[in-house]
Amino acid sequence: MAPTLSDRQQLSYIASQAADARLNVELETEGMTLNIGPQHPATHGTLRIIARLDGEQVVWAEPSAGYMHRGYEKLTEVRTFPQVTTLINRIDWLGSFANEVPFILAAEQLMEIEAPPRAQVIRTILFELSRIANVSLFLGDLGVQMGAITPVFLAFRDREYVLNLIEGATGGRFHPNFDRIGGLKDDLPKGWIDETKQVMKKLIAFCDEIEDLLFGNEIFQSRMRGIGVIPADIAKEYGLSGANLRASGVDYDLRRDNPVGLAWDKADWKVWTHPDGDSWARCWIRLQETRESCKIVQQLVEQIPAGPIMTKVPRIIKVPEGEAYVSTENPLGEMGYYVVSKGDLGPFRVKIRSASFNNISVTPWVLKGVYVPDIITILASLYFILGDIDR
Amino acid sequence: MIGLLATDYDFAYWTQSIFRVVGGLVAVLLPAGGIVYLFLFKMMSFMQSRLGPMEAGPYGSMQLLAEVGKWMQKEDIAPDNADKPIFKIAPLIVLMSTFLLIAVVPFGPDAFFTDFDAGVFYFLAVGSVSVLGILVAGWASANKYSLLGGLRAAGQLIAYELPMVLATLGVVIQAGSMNLNRIVEVQNTGEIFGIGFLGNPFILTQGVGFLIFMIAVQAELTQSPFDMPIAESELVSGYMTEYTGFRFLIFFIAEFATAGVFAFIASVLFLGGWGVPFEWFGWDNLDEVAWWMNLVGPVILATKMFVLVGIIMWVRFSYPRFREDQLQTFAWKFLIPLSLANIAVTAILKVAV
Repeated sequence: MAPTLSDRQQLSYIASQAADARLNVELETEGMTLNIGPQHPATHGTLRIIARLDGEQVVWAEPSAGYMHRGYEKLTEVRTFPQVTTLINRIDWLGSFANEVPFILAAEQLMEIEAPPRAQVIRTILFELSRIANVSLFLGDLGVQMGAITPVFLAFRDREYVLNLIEGATGGRFHPNFDRIGGLKDDLPKGWIDETKQVMKKLIAFCDEIEDLLFGNEIFQSRMRGIGVIPADIAKEYGLSGANLRASGVDYDLRRDNPVGLAWDKADWKVWTHPDGDSWARCWIRLQETRESCKIVQQLVEQIPAGPIMTKVPRIIKVPEGEAYVSTENPLGEMGYYVVSKGDLGPFRVKIRSASFNNISVTPWVLKGVYVPDIITILASLYFILGDIDR
Repeated sequence: MIGLLATDYDFAYWTQSIFRVVGGLVAVLLPAGGIVYLFLFKMMSFMQSRLGPMEAGPYGSMQLLAEVGKWMQKEDIAPDNADKPIFKIAPLIVLMSTFLLIAVVPFGPDAFFTDFDAGVFYFLAVGSVSVLGILVAGWASANKYSLLGGLRAAGQLIAYELPMVLATLGVVIQAGSMNLNRIVEVQNTGEIFGIGFLGNPFILTQGVGFLIFMIAVQAELTQSPFDMPIAESELVSGYMTEYTGFRFLIFFIAEFATAGVFAFIASVLFLGGWGVPFEWFGWDNLDEVAWWMNLVGPVILATKMFVLVGIIMWVRFSYPRFREDQLQTFAWKFLIPLSLANIAVTAILKVAV
């Protein structure tokens, strides 16, 4: 209420408010509770979203995670340090190699060793390849959430090339287990670099194709623009990270702001931000990031330094006592490992800060008042992976 | 078909009825199978850079029969809380609408099931029967997703009936008749701007009406970008969620059969139907058309139908979904005013020219 109003205006305003309230009581409809999940095509796994609906509008919504909880934080306590990578591979199952890197870096920090430069560059290349493998599937899956079935097959087609690259270098398509404390398991095979250059061209072409097919579509734009707006302060409050945070206009990228012993500063690339913070911005940011990742890989394969890929580490790794937290910019956002060591063969306690868990924590706030179809698009644009939430 | 036989021989009524039933089954199910194989299996696979069915029969053409066999074996489950008789009859209502639609489609000068003077009115009326089936399917399933899907379907189909009716009115004004065979005759004997060589297919003069009609057909079929009622990724499967086995198969077949029948009707209304321009063979009106058009006509009509269904499916495979409010806005605020303007312009030109 502005103080400049006269008494008459104030009275009429109050009367209109009262009339509105009375009307709302008269027209009140019975709510319906809809369980989206735990088994639902749109939730990428077993996430349950409890939504109370009024007609098709959401009055209240809450995610309920934990249907797939695997207890990795506890399991790491009974493993030795090299064995942990086999577990944490499975957290974000689309970009597996990226999960291993922060843990290994934390262990290296505690041991006060550093991987040789060649290993660092190859790590960065594989990191970006797993990011491409992850986000390209997201770009295809966007269409499926909205009924366009074609893009996902194109995404699978081109993701296959990237997975073949990862398989060629590491021996595993989904779970590489390639990272070691102090370096990498193997060197790159012969001819891998030339193949990588060709595949990156294909991936950039795929990005253009998706931009034509999906992002240029009027229906897609009308479904995405202005839906699920997350302002910058809300995004910071809920602890969003990665592309979701940058889509709200916060210029924060751990690859640039905290390059923990990896080689991102050797390449020339750009951090994209978008001022809107709606679903469209989140998807658009990821599209640009895929292109940037391709550029990073293209530049880095040119400048792989010569040298060893392992530093000298003892045969039986004992990590000295201490605590370390290392986080990197994973495909889904900031992923960090808080490792506590007591000087044994294995970690005493590991806390995994996974990006998706914090990203879906914003859903109760952002889903209020949207329609049921928009739940799906907002969830699709927030891009969580169930393994990343439940760990 | 029936008319042809009835002119030369005097068949008993029951024999004619058997001919009609068999002919109706062939006319609905054969195009449906062709559409599923050509577009759903092969064209979709080509668009998505994969192969599609390869092994069952030559080039995978028997795949649909294999799928039907598979679905026939599955158990027919009805949920505990469902309204069972209604639940079980709903797919049949949807399929019934398709068979009622085919009754007025002319396949040749004498090859039709009924020569019905209010044919346009009739097909617009029975096209809405499927709404009833979909609505009760959604309501009787005792499932929230199905309920949402059924209600969405009802709202959408009612909204898109109107543009369809209004788009057809332009054709009726131009042809001066509601009889579909008469509409074919007018198109093939007419002349456009004094040139009679190609006849006057109404797509040339009623282009706006044709576009509106095709959009409305797309919505009537609940196919992408209007597949809000089914919404695989969102409402699981909408009103089909609880259906298994043969009843799901009926829904599935009804969707593609209806696509075929609506494309038949669209090609009769806008593309000249079964006819070739009568001038080519020196015919003046429907009675002079040679008897062999009864055999060639269905082939011509089927060709046009497959082209139109190809366009429908092409849009379906590449477009995302509308949201519900956008869908209703598109129908009420854009399509209906446009079709009304189309009618007005058509009427003015009809009187003036």
